[in-house]
Amino acid sequence: MSTADTATTKDLHAADGHGHGAGHGHAHDDHHDHPPPKWYNPLRWMMSTNHKDIGTMYLVFALFAGIIGFTFSGLMRYELAHPGLQLFDGKHGFGGEQNYNVITTMHGLIMIFFMVMPALIGGFGNWFVPLMIGAPDMAMPRMNNISFWLMPMAFFLLCLSMFVPGAAGSNGFGGGWVLYPPLSEMGHPGPAMDLVIFSLHIAGMSSILGAINFIVTILNMRAPGMTLHKMPLFAWSVLVTAFLLVLALPVLAGALTMLLTDRNFGSKFFVPAGGGDPIMFQHLFWFFGHPEVYIMILPGFGIVSHVISTFSKKPVFGYLAMAYAMVAIGFIGFIVWAHHMYTVGMNVNLKAYFIAATMIIAVPTGIKIFSWIATMWGGSISFTVPMLWAIGFIFLFTVGGVTGVVLANAGIDHTLHDTYYVVAHFHYVLSLGAVFTLFCGWYYWFEKMWGIKYNGFIGGLHFWVTFIGSNMIFFPQHFLGLQGMPRRYVDYTPAFEHWHTWSTYGYYVTAVGTVIFLIGLAEAMIRRRKAEANPWGEAATTLEWTLPSPPPFHQFNDLPRVR
Amino acid sequence: MRFGALTRSALACVGLAGLTALSGAAWAVPVKEGINFQPAATAAAEHVHSFHEMLLWIITAIVVFVAGLLLWVVVRYNAKANPVPKKFSHNTVLEVAWTVVPVLILVFISYRSFPLLYEQDVFPKEATAENTLDVKVVGHQWYWSYYYGSSEDSPGFDSNMLTEDVLKKNQITRLSVNNPLVVPQSKYVRISMTASDVIHAWAVPQFALKTDAVPGRINQMWFKVDKPGIFYGQCSELCGQAHSEMPIEVRVLPQAQYDEWFGLMKTSKQKAREYLFQVQPEPDPAAAAQTVASR
Repeated sequence: MSTADTATTKDLHAADGHGHGAGHGHAHDDHHDHPPPKWYNPLRWMMSTNHKDIGTMYLVFALFAGIIGFTFSGLMRYELAHPGLQLFDGKHGFGGEQNYNVITTMHGLIMIFFMVMPALIGGFGNWFVPLMIGAPDMAMPRMNNISFWLMPMAFFLLCLSMFVPGAAGSNGFGGGWVLYPPLSEMGHPGPAMDLVIFSLHIAGMSSILGAINFIVTILNMRAPGMTLHKMPLFAWSVLVTAFLLVLALPVLAGALTMLLTDRNFGSKFFVPAGGGDPIMFQHLFWFFGHPEVYIMILPGFGIVSHVISTFSKKPVFGYLAMAYAMVAIGFIGFIVWAHHMYTVGMNVNLKAYFIAATMIIAVPTGIKIFSWIATMWGGSISFTVPMLWAIGFIFLFTVGGVTGVVLANAGIDHTLHDTYYVVAHFHYVLSLGAVFTLFCGWYYWFEKMWGIKYNGFIGGLHFWVTFIGSNMIFFPQHFLGLQGMPRRYVDYTPAFEHWHTWSTYGYYVTAVGTVIFLIGLAEAMIRRRKAEANPWGEAATTLEWTLPSPPPFHQFNDLPRVR
Repeated sequence: MRFGALTRSALACVGLAGLTALSGAAWAVPVKEGINFQPAATAAAEHVHSFHEMLLWIITAIVVFVAGLLLWVVVRYNAKANPVPKKFSHNTVLEVAWTVVPVLILVFISYRSFPLLYEQDVFPKEATAENTLDVKVVGHQWYWSYYYGSSEDSPGFDSNMLTEDVLKKNQITRLSVNNPLVVPQSKYVRISMTASDVIHAWAVPQFALKTDAVPGRINQMWFKVDKPGIFYGQCSELCGQAHSEMPIEVRVLPQAQYDEWFGLMKTSKQKAREYLFQVQPEPDPAAAAQTVASR
């Protein structure tokens, strides 16, 4: 990468003289460019085949879904602040205890399928993969459109499911995002679960189409001279992620279809009375579910690599090792799924295998952590807002990673499985991992995407408040888990109150952070400070920084050359 | 970092409090502000806890190491301290080191992890027909059933959570049940479990054990507690609306008391319950907490 970059920049300016370079594009070369419809024209968005517009829609959608998912976690934290029932007692308009289960389930599904994935893959992937590899657009722009527009439909079905009968006497599906039968079959006879199945089928289709698009784009549309081994790490991360999606999601789709036929057409895949086995669903689900967690974090790895390198003013340390560590993580991610199932009654030798395989993931992950630190080592670091999020991410992901090593050991997982220790672990790698990379990318590319500058002070405040708040939510949950507090409990024995109250206060702090984030966004939109093409200086070497901010509606009509 | 000496002293306090209150028996519940495991009640659980303590040192060291490196680069290599960045992007020795060292740490961890797994999972060879008690556990929405022995007509009973309005003195909200599982001390207890509707999970933190009760399957686990005591657990697999309302209470009695209880249970559940609460009343949690506070 480093070798290619300086040459790239110079070359591109030469090539771009014909197009939109530095704001004096030559009109005679623009004759094949139709001006885009105005932003307020709904047809521009509904019929868009433009990767940047679609990326923007993904980001707006993820923001919208994220706020709903975050509100749900607020309901959960408010309920759990004290023993006894605060909200879900049937008197506060939130329904009874079952509705707590519905809210936790929806929180999980929304955050995974409708917030993190659309933001990191659909949003930043669509925006920056073509820009970084020097392509004019995605390989299949019309498929890109349907990929996006399936998402709001899927989300609509998921939201609808909360308002139709699920378990006997209540609305919505409350069986957890893992959808285990028999709870998702005889446990929820109403149509809510069918809507959840349809929703996830459609969201899965959207992701598979998007993933195919990324694979084809990255393999076929890189600028001349950009070999795979010169490709920016974010493009690498999206490529690996796309392969994971294409391989994992069909398995989920199969499992969901079996649930659907069990529920509606009398099949018995997971019904013991008919010779079926509920554990088979768990195997299928986690064969998808474990790669899914890497699907959520790998694009973030890519973003963090660019941010660390840019603000340390140094090329990424061990570029090839970084790329192939992601490939290794992706591969190993497919052979560790049953570590989510240590307590289902598996053969002991099988458990031993999954312990070994799971712990191996720590090795490529360690390579990435240490390579990021080595990238900073000897650098000249400026602490911009995206850099704060990136450094925060490295630390918090390490904390979440090491508790993963603890949980990998079945002997310990037998006691920690399905406790708050697990909740703390996966929120450290997702809520404080994936979400931190998401904000990292947001602030890194904010100027590039929207053509305006954000207020650095507000951005920094957003980081610090979120950092403190989210640690306050999740660190005490380790203690709760060790003490034996089970997951998915609407109420608990009073001894657990202390750390639950802390955790809820942490949520309030994080909520303030989220308000600061929205204020920062509003402030930037009101002030409209004009963006620079490249605000980060010469260490920002990838191709998107050679274009104006925001980039022209169509870029790279003449392909840049990478040497 | 998070568990220092504080942890160990807190742990010791809790253990001692239990001893005082039950005079020689084990009794512990989740404690306010507790930050570590509940005290181990079986040998296997002790091994889990000591393995976890070792892991805690390792992972704390790793986190401190990474945090230290981050702090160092932030201080030493910020733009003021180091205006001109270096250009290197490779160091083979380092890269080999940070691949090999983690592998060695993991090998070291597995050296203890695998034996522990087999110790927990494999029914011990020392167990014979004489020193083994078979118990069948069935999970229902939302209570447990316990049956003694392995025949069709094994005697047994249902175990329901005590709601707050019927809790007696010293019983614990959301943990105490009407009919606890009673087992003799120093015997191998082999639990065979299944479920009648959806998946549940039978777990007792102090035994460091948890196994899913799956409809259509029989899962097994075992434990052996060497001193009398009261132990609590909770259903640990989401099973619907009242998932949080099917706790587990295990009473370990000396063999003679167990035999007496078992004889009564076969004829009158009520008498058996009265006998049980008479020979093994719940200790006063407030007194126990005071003992903790006074230390």
